[in-house]
Amino acid sequence: MQPFTTLTSIAAPLIRENIDTDAIIPSREIKSVSKEGLADGLFAGWRYTAIDGREPDPAFILNQPDYADARILLGGGNFGCGSSREHAAWALAEYGFRAIVAPSFNPIFRGNCVRNGIVPVELPAEAIDRLIQSQAITIDLPAQRVEAPDGSSFAFPIEEEAKEMLLNGLDAIDLTLRLRDTIADFRATDRALHPWIYLS
Amino acid sequence: MAETLFEKLWRRHHIADLGGGTGLIAIDRILLHERTGGVALKSLAAAGRNVAAPAQVFATMDHVVDTRPGRTDATIMPTGTSFIRETRAAAQAAGIRLFDIGDPGQGIVHVISPEQGIVLPGVTLVCPDSHTCSQGALGALAWGIGTTEAEHALATCALRVKKPKTMRITVSGVLDSGVTPKDLALHIAARIGSAGAKGHVVEYAGTAVRALDIEGRLTLCNMATELSAFTAIIAPDETTIAYLEGRPFAPTGEQWTAAVADWRSLASDSDATFDLELRIDAADVRPMVSWGTSPQQSLPLGDTIPAGGEDDLHHRALAYMGLREGETVAGLKLDAAFIGSCTNARLSDLRRAAIILAGRHVAPGIRAICVPGSTAVKAAAEAEGIDRVFKEAGFEWREAGCSMCFFAGGESFGVRERVITSTNRNFESRQGPETRSHLASPEVVAASAVAGVITDPRTLEAL
Repeated sequence: MQPFTTLTSIAAPLIRENIDTDAIIPSREIKSVSKEGLADGLFAGWRYTAIDGREPDPAFILNQPDYADARILLGGGNFGCGSSREHAAWALAEYGFRAIVAPSFNPIFRGNCVRNGIVPVELPAEAIDRLIQSQAITIDLPAQRVEAPDGSSFAFPIEEEAKEMLLNGLDAIDLTLRLRDTIADFRATDRALHPWIYLS
Repeated sequence: MAETLFEKLWRRHHIADLGGGTGLIAIDRILLHERTGGVALKSLAAAGRNVAAPAQVFATMDHVVDTRPGRTDATIMPTGTSFIRETRAAAQAAGIRLFDIGDPGQGIVHVISPEQGIVLPGVTLVCPDSHTCSQGALGALAWGIGTTEAEHALATCALRVKKPKTMRITVSGVLDSGVTPKDLALHIAARIGSAGAKGHVVEYAGTAVRALDIEGRLTLCNMATELSAFTAIIAPDETTIAYLEGRPFAPTGEQWTAAVADWRSLASDSDATFDLELRIDAADVRPMVSWGTSPQQSLPLGDTIPAGGEDDLHHRALAYMGLREGETVAGLKLDAAFIGSCTNARLSDLRRAAIILAGRHVAPGIRAICVPGSTAVKAAAEAEGIDRVFKEAGFEWREAGCSMCFFAGGESFGVRERVITSTNRNFESRQGPETRSHLASPEVVAASAVAGVITDPRTLEAL
């Protein structure tokens, strides 16, 4: 996973409440048993003029030339609700998004972002309103701040572990496997206490 | 110190403190399906990692598999066969029990897990599927995860989890006859909104919850993800124990006795405190239907759609659904009716719908489909003759799977068609391109299919 420190980019505003993972990547766009090849289906229902079509709808924000290079997405509250499909995070990452700024995130989606190098930046809606402008904004993960071109700056919260993983591009499985023996000891003790849980 | 049920299960599974409120949590059961599970197994193998405890892992075919009679590996979804075959090959290579097409145990993952006794009180269970919260109905700590987290659980038997907060929703009194667990779930969604339980473990409690059978509890817990909850849980009781006894993967003999003794101890302490509390009087819950594009946009059947003021979401939903403020949802003309999904396709759901359908017929022009939640539900329904009731009423009677709860490509409802559905999500284009979905109980779906318009079953003309 690509480490994340700071990012300066135009931010595309897609300010709607409850943007669900069916909207981010519709079921019909998940075509293979793979984490790749999903960027094309990102927001397909809104981005193209027809279902299963590929003609861009000029009204959709990501099709507007000003936002062609956006690496930051501004969203509404409860972003990423609905299905747990990680394809939503894979599609966003493959398209090029490295950060999403929203008033709140669905918990599963938020975790999926962190595991795919996308920083979930939680800011109040009023702060996000001030980030909607034509110039680039900066996300500084070490400082946990978002800086707007007008000089205003906003602090955002992020769990220690998520920050560490994003900053260093860490693989959680590798980290956990260092505790392999601790896990094995725990399971042996628990098996004696609750044998019915263990099916072999 | 007084603890909630969740806190007891957290402590019981807590392997190590990872700092910052994150714990390394032991995972007892991992469930996979062909849409998000196959890719987890494939990616794990590609990284050269093994499934650490294959006996604790189960897989099923539900999301992509066809539900038309006589199905094979071929799917209406253009690339569906690859999901089925790659998941099958990966499950076989990993030594995982797979409920494949044709297996009497096959079905929707959240339907078959209780049916098979895979989920048990007190276990931790994860699945890369948001509706895993359903399984908290049996007193398990069961939650939905992403695919990368599923790989993590498969490789390590553990997950790194930020400890969630707790919420208790107490439903006192008794639900009126004719008011179902689905109505209660929609009532709660309408009341607290689609982020109303964000990140919390919701414990459902109170007399009206205790009175529910396991299938009703599964329906209630199923929709906790529509509140953005971490998960839902209901403390196990004699109803839970009676339900599990004799299930294929439930303990037997001495282990059963020991397990039951343990399960009886699993409840929140009477003086435990929750981060959030919500109290609901069951008498306030009426048969519900959704009008918009989020489950929170639901109202009692017969009520009129409220004014949205400046709320863009409200107006966007109205435009999408082809509705106006002040309009009544009851009476809207329908194109289709769907009974299925992990929310409402268990035997009791089909039985209740069949009582309404017996001796009646679907209105002209309505496409009506019933998809049992599992092959076992289908077989039990057929043994009771329920399939004949559905078929004689004009419903299609399908093989088990998720089916048209969502539009995976290929089979769907039509553009701007209005569908009454026993499923869980009324999102834009969820069930088909620009399809307008109205969520309701199986009873409301059945009555509406018969009337051809959205209908309260209590107002159907007597036979």
